[in-house]
Amino acid sequence: MQPIDSDVPTKAVPTAASGVSTSSAATAEAPFGGAGLSARQVRLRSTLQAAGMLPVLILLAIGFHLFGGHRFLTGQNLSIVAQQASINCVLAAGMTFVILTGGIDLSVGSILAASAMGALIASLWSIGGGFAVPVCLLIGLVIGGLNGGLIAYGKLPPFIVTLGSLTAVRGLARLMGADNTIFNPNLSYAWIGNDGLTIFPGVAIPWLAIIAVAVILVSWYVLKRTVLGVRIYAVGGNPAAARLSGINVPLILMFVYSLSGLLAGLGGVMSSARLYAANGLQLGQSYELDAIAAVILGGTSFVGGIGSIWGTLIGALIIAVLSNGLILLGVSDIWQFIVKGLVIIGAVALDRFRQQGGART
Amino acid sequence: MDNTTVDQGNYDPANPAPGVPAIEMRGISKTFTGVKALRDVRLKAWGGEIMALMGENGAGKSTLMKILSGAHRADAGGEILIDGNPIVIDGPQSARRAGIAIIYQELALAPNLTVAENIYLGDEISHAGGRIDRRAMETSCAPVLERLGAPFGPRALVGTLSIAEQQMVEIARALHGKSRILVLDEPTTALSSRETDRLFRLVKQLRTEGIAIIYISHRMAEVYELADRVTVLRDGSYAGDLGKRDINAEAIVRMMVGRDLSSFYTKEHDPDVVHPHLVLEVDGLTDGGRRVKPCSFSINRGEVLGLAGLVGAGRTELARLIFGADRATGGTIRLDGVPVTVSGPAEALERGIAYLTEDRKALGLFLDMSCGANINLGVIARDAKGGMALDLKRAAQRATDAFRSLRVRAASPLVTVGSLSGGNQQKILLARLLETGPKVLILDEPTRGVDVGAKSEIYRIIDELARKGIAILVISSELPEIVGICDRVLVMREGAIVGSVGGAGGEAITQQNIMAHAAGMEAA
Repeated sequence: MQPIDSDVPTKAVPTAASGVSTSSAATAEAPFGGAGLSARQVRLRSTLQAAGMLPVLILLAIGFHLFGGHRFLTGQNLSIVAQQASINCVLAAGMTFVILTGGIDLSVGSILAASAMGALIASLWSIGGGFAVPVCLLIGLVIGGLNGGLIAYGKLPPFIVTLGSLTAVRGLARLMGADNTIFNPNLSYAWIGNDGLTIFPGVAIPWLAIIAVAVILVSWYVLKRTVLGVRIYAVGGNPAAARLSGINVPLILMFVYSLSGLLAGLGGVMSSARLYAANGLQLGQSYELDAIAAVILGGTSFVGGIGSIWGTLIGALIIAVLSNGLILLGVSDIWQFIVKGLVIIGAVALDRFRQQGGART
Repeated sequence: MDNTTVDQGNYDPANPAPGVPAIEMRGISKTFTGVKALRDVRLKAWGGEIMALMGENGAGKSTLMKILSGAHRADAGGEILIDGNPIVIDGPQSARRAGIAIIYQELALAPNLTVAENIYLGDEISHAGGRIDRRAMETSCAPVLERLGAPFGPRALVGTLSIAEQQMVEIARALHGKSRILVLDEPTTALSSRETDRLFRLVKQLRTEGIAIIYISHRMAEVYELADRVTVLRDGSYAGDLGKRDINAEAIVRMMVGRDLSSFYTKEHDPDVVHPHLVLEVDGLTDGGRRVKPCSFSINRGEVLGLAGLVGAGRTELARLIFGADRATGGTIRLDGVPVTVSGPAEALERGIAYLTEDRKALGLFLDMSCGANINLGVIARDAKGGMALDLKRAAQRATDAFRSLRVRAASPLVTVGSLSGGNQQKILLARLLETGPKVLILDEPTRGVDVGAKSEIYRIIDELARKGIAILVISSELPEIVGICDRVLVMREGAIVGSVGGAGGEAITQQNIMAHAAGMEAA
């Protein structure tokens, strides 16, 4: 951590810079002793922070390749990993926005299920399957908007609101299919989950992965290059100051929860496209936890205001690599859970330790 | 205290205890990330003495005190002696064992526990078997509370006490732990003047009891009143000591900044009183009488209007009504003669009213964000391309320009605001407001927690802004500042404007005239 204390070395160079009524323009060029860090150090540090968990990801990949009979780093397997990571990546992108404002969205798994159910139902309408995807996204957006409204304008705690909708929306998803699996062998948008973009003969990038990358890129643009993005960081960093700076704080909160819902709807499109089916009870179970884990692994602060979408991408990849790699190693399902959980805690602990060390030395 | 080095009966504040200092630090250096924060610093404090430790922000006071408290470890080569015996402080525990207690600005109490529980925090008395013995804790800390004249009992819940009373709990905890060296880090920052008086009486009482007190403060008046000796740090080095008789503002300031401050206050602007143009007119503005009774006043173009009064008089609350941060229930606001409604901060900023909060860390700055981002926050929407995309080039330019014109001392606009000193943080916040191009600028305690050098620069900036024609309202609890920079001063008491000094035909702007109104006496 950067020390916030004001009495840490400033060495203000009084001669050059603090003349009361002299030397007006000299300041910017004056040699600064040590107030904070140099511009280059700052850039380096923020790059390092964004990279954060990248070494862990690379080590895991190499480790699984070496101990998994050299089957991990193959084109086919990486394509599977990318598909496995993609849905979590989309959910985690929405979660990043929410957590950056200091909130949490526990309902994304349930929203994913409900919107996938909606998509399957709409795909079976007699007018054709063209409405399936819009319906799916709309369901996600509306439920996310309801979460946002209760949090932003009802001033209810995000944890409570989304915990409630985690349960209620799960029930809604089951209700929509009368607690049965809905199946459509002629699903109009199944290509999303099963095809890929052929870049040259024999090599195709799965559409799921392309969607995930697109979501990450758009998220990066919004967070780092738009007014909205700066305001999201501001609201997460200091809500009281944000309000006094003229930022419409409730509107920002409304946006992030709606976006999280919308992206959960997109997750619904993606997972139902893979399965040609949706089940209100099983689909998306505990996806919210994987999404939160990806954001945390990515170094985004749980209190808001600090974090990056690249970190989230790496976090989601770590989770997918772990699942895939442990299967390759033949680790049993039960042990996969235990190992995944411990790796998440360990990786974050390592990161905290590393950052503290960085500040000290 | 039972084992002090001073004979309490013969204590003479004019001639503080000779002999061995209760605490002595010698040759203390501290290096952070290759930067020398402290260089061969020395410090002595005797039992029965109040030693004021002074220095600009960044001079190394806090670092030095953190070494004393065990939060930091000094570089090898320094020495810390208690009653002449060298000791090693390698953590908070060993500092406490050595009888050192530090009371920080941010109090470290658990608000949900009682006074007794807080005093015994980490050292609870329990029955055999681990059941906590509240009664024993309460009875045995009662004498300390009595000695301090605490107006609360050991069972009071700390969260229900005022800041001043909580401070007393901290002091009680220190004394109860047999501390003989007490460090107070800017203890009066959050206190009213009455509470400050009470604290001073307490500190003097502790002096007569033989405790060595290290008192850190920026306020000259407090140092005059309390200090038997002043030790000054500058840029991480020892700058000198002043004995009781040599303590004066000029000498201290010279030691702190290493040069003379020829003109501390700047007042070169000259509001046009012949052709007045009222920028802001407030008429009967009130929140229904809860904190602010109907208030009416106006500010001329290029005028610096002071708003004085005791803490709690309703000055900040009035400012927040004008800015729309709180909702007014009555009254009108006119800008350039046109009645306007201000429904919230966003609208106020749009109309050209900017407000600098008194609490920049909690209500003003985004400490984790860069200086540049903080400066641009108010104008990014205005600058945006296509109403949405950030104009990064423009933002960088604005930040660089603001750094230059306000003389911000930081490595670059990319560093986080949280890493800057108080004065530079204040300049960043001020820069954000100025970027929005305000017609009316409300500055609430603009130099609070700002070191002497930066204070003077802020006065110069205020003066320059007034010369550009901005109407400025300065809320301040520091009367010399109000007197030094304002053209006219309004005085508030109990939510109402009760007096006005200065201006054409008004009383002279003096501290006496202002205080007379503030305290409710007729001016002589």
